[in-house]
Amino acid sequence: MGSAIEYNRRDIFKRAAAITVLAAGGGSLLAACAGGTGSSSDSKSASPGGGSASNPFGVKASDPLDVVIFKGGYGDDYAKDFEAIYTKDYAGAKISHLGTTDIAGKLQPRFNAGSPPDVVDNSGASQLKLDVLAKNNQLTELTPLLDAPYLDDPTKKVRDVLLPGTLDAGTIDGKVWSLNYVYTVFGLWYSNKLFQEKGWTPPKTWDDFITLCGTIKAAGIAPFAHQGKYPYYANYTIMDLIAKQGGTELFKRLDACDPTAWDDPAVKAGISAFYEIMDKDYLLPGTNGMTHTESQTAWCQGKAAFIPSGSWLENEMIKITPADFDMAFLPVPALAGDKMGPTTLRAGAGEPFIVPKQAKNNAGGLEFLRIMLTKEASGKFAAAANSLTVLKDGVGADVVLKPGTKSSSAALTAAGTNTFYYTYPDVQTEFDTALQAATADLCAKRIGPDQWIAQAKAAASKVKPA
Amino acid sequence: MRHRKYPFIVGFLFLPVLLYTVLVIWPYIQTFGYSLTDWSGVSPSMNFVGFKNYTALLHDDIFMTALGHNLLLIVLLPVVTIVLALFFAFMLNVGGRGGTGGIQGVRGAGFYKVVFFFPQVLSVAILAVLFEAVYRSDGGGLLNGVLIKLGLENAQQPILWLSDPDLVFWCILAVLIWSGVGFYLVMFSAAMQSIPKDIYEAALLDGSGRGQTFFKITIPLLWDTIQTAWVYLAIAAMDAFALVSTMTPPAGIYGGGPNHRSEVLATYLMRNFLPFGKAGYACAMGVVIFFITLILSVVSLRVTRRERIEY
Repeated sequence: MGSAIEYNRRDIFKRAAAITVLAAGGGSLLAACAGGTGSSSDSKSASPGGGSASNPFGVKASDPLDVVIFKGGYGDDYAKDFEAIYTKDYAGAKISHLGTTDIAGKLQPRFNAGSPPDVVDNSGASQLKLDVLAKNNQLTELTPLLDAPYLDDPTKKVRDVLLPGTLDAGTIDGKVWSLNYVYTVFGLWYSNKLFQEKGWTPPKTWDDFITLCGTIKAAGIAPFAHQGKYPYYANYTIMDLIAKQGGTELFKRLDACDPTAWDDPAVKAGISAFYEIMDKDYLLPGTNGMTHTESQTAWCQGKAAFIPSGSWLENEMIKITPADFDMAFLPVPALAGDKMGPTTLRAGAGEPFIVPKQAKNNAGGLEFLRIMLTKEASGKFAAAANSLTVLKDGVGADVVLKPGTKSSSAALTAAGTNTFYYTYPDVQTEFDTALQAATADLCAKRIGPDQWIAQAKAAASKVKPA
Repeated sequence: MRHRKYPFIVGFLFLPVLLYTVLVIWPYIQTFGYSLTDWSGVSPSMNFVGFKNYTALLHDDIFMTALGHNLLLIVLLPVVTIVLALFFAFMLNVGGRGGTGGIQGVRGAGFYKVVFFFPQVLSVAILAVLFEAVYRSDGGGLLNGVLIKLGLENAQQPILWLSDPDLVFWCILAVLIWSGVGFYLVMFSAAMQSIPKDIYEAALLDGSGRGQTFFKITIPLLWDTIQTAWVYLAIAAMDAFALVSTMTPPAGIYGGGPNHRSEVLATYLMRNFLPFGKAGYACAMGVVIFFITLILSVVSLRVTRRERIEY
């Protein structure tokens, strides 16, 4: 998930430096870390039979548990709390914990050697791609977990306590491969304080939005910033405009990389609406070349009014945001003729937790996920990370939310079940990369809406049906 | 005693040769093996696909673009770096014209030498951070800030540098040159200092100017060193991975943009290897890069081979 990507750029540099050394001779050394010696057969069964109601996966306390956590914006202390709960339930279980930003670097050799950890928070810029792992039969399917009794209330199943759309991101062809733990809302963000000072009303429709942008520009502030070096942020706005215009059916076809979906007039309407920002010159100067840090900092400093992002934004910028900034969330405004309602928004779960198929303590991995979804664990996470988990009503009244989180959870309540979530960024990496390139060109006005559609369609045509 | 010589030599070489075989040769062979499969990079299982990856490479436009960029780097990077390094080294060692008539560098040569070597001390990660600040796309960047202050560009339309498809390649090339010149300057300086001073003095007495001294004496006597520098730089030009992947957009997936306009083979290889899960295909690229590097090294050593001048 995006939340993770921003935190470990330093780590990218470190790895890049290391890889340079390796690649100097021509890149061939890369294979030195590759394995291929592990056996792919006789893996542990995903759902051991010997389970009881209180211990559905048949966890043995004598089995050690091997946990690897992506140590990004949320840290990894929360996972240590979860591990403490686990050892309380299974006294004597020896837990090995690794917090790292370099998931691929640490885990690729282990997957190749056939000895992966038991549970992994597979997140961050160097996450292992879910589609690649799933296609290669490396993951435990999570249906047994979802059908297991819920720990806090055994009359319910685990799947009944999750927020809508939680499983979408981890589902490929109807099978659930990851449990995404952090609930994220996507849209536009602004400073409520700035808007009240200037007497601006948050726009409900895209026409209002464009009109307001004109007013904002006249006041000497750039109306719109985006994280140009990471073009997928702009896609949060573009693809949401298109989804809301075209309705659920079109959204599903787009997400499934159906090339003909791009011929739909809703696509043209959405991208043309977004292109008005460029056409009317409403972008923050230089934003097309900025990193997330640079653009979001400019936005926090009041140089730009709106910025697209997910709800990790508040926690990410917490040190830079002025105390009275009053961060607020706005779902992507409605276009005329939208098939989805105006409060509909993109929401879904991030921080994918996986249980590798070849894990030695497969049952323990599943049990760890079950523990994560208790109210106790969820509350611990919310307090540590200023973020909501996928557990329904997962935050007790005792947890005080920051303004941005409060605003986005209010928007989420208003949306009700009207949420959607694109999975293509997680499961169609190559297509997503091409779409990002097209969007970068569009934002820099190197191409127009028609060419953007043509490039997106061409990229979708290259996706092989699964 | 002659027959005892070889076991003796082999005895000494056994460990290094073993290490070299295990850590260098074997991975190369493995890479070639993987390049004939559809290996995903995350699974021990794979299928043999023959030369399919290689034929696919031939029809891969992005691969060809990346190759083109590497070849352009191979032409430009060594030439510019060596010319600059030679010029500076010459000025620092023999370029000065002191009143005493001795051969010496320009005033403050010792200080300049240290300053020029600075970039070499910086790790590539620091370089990337440093130049991201230089190339920053708004008035906060060094280049844009200066240009705006001088009134040469409109603050509302700043140059995007690394996000401008027409500039990004040159921005990267400039960083590569900036960071390389210092090292080769020191290398050439060392070589120049081993040239006997009397040769220069003789030239001076015969009335040769700086230019003539440089072309007729310095260059021929430095040829071996230049040749080595050339091979190093050509190999560096085949790489360029660290800077491209950390500085250019789209960030997070090894850069190469915008629109593959700064793509090099190594970044395209890594994107296929990890995010796209096409490790077999990436290994095929690795093999191609290996052979190109090998051929270039051999060719450049052959072409630049000259009679060695004894002095």
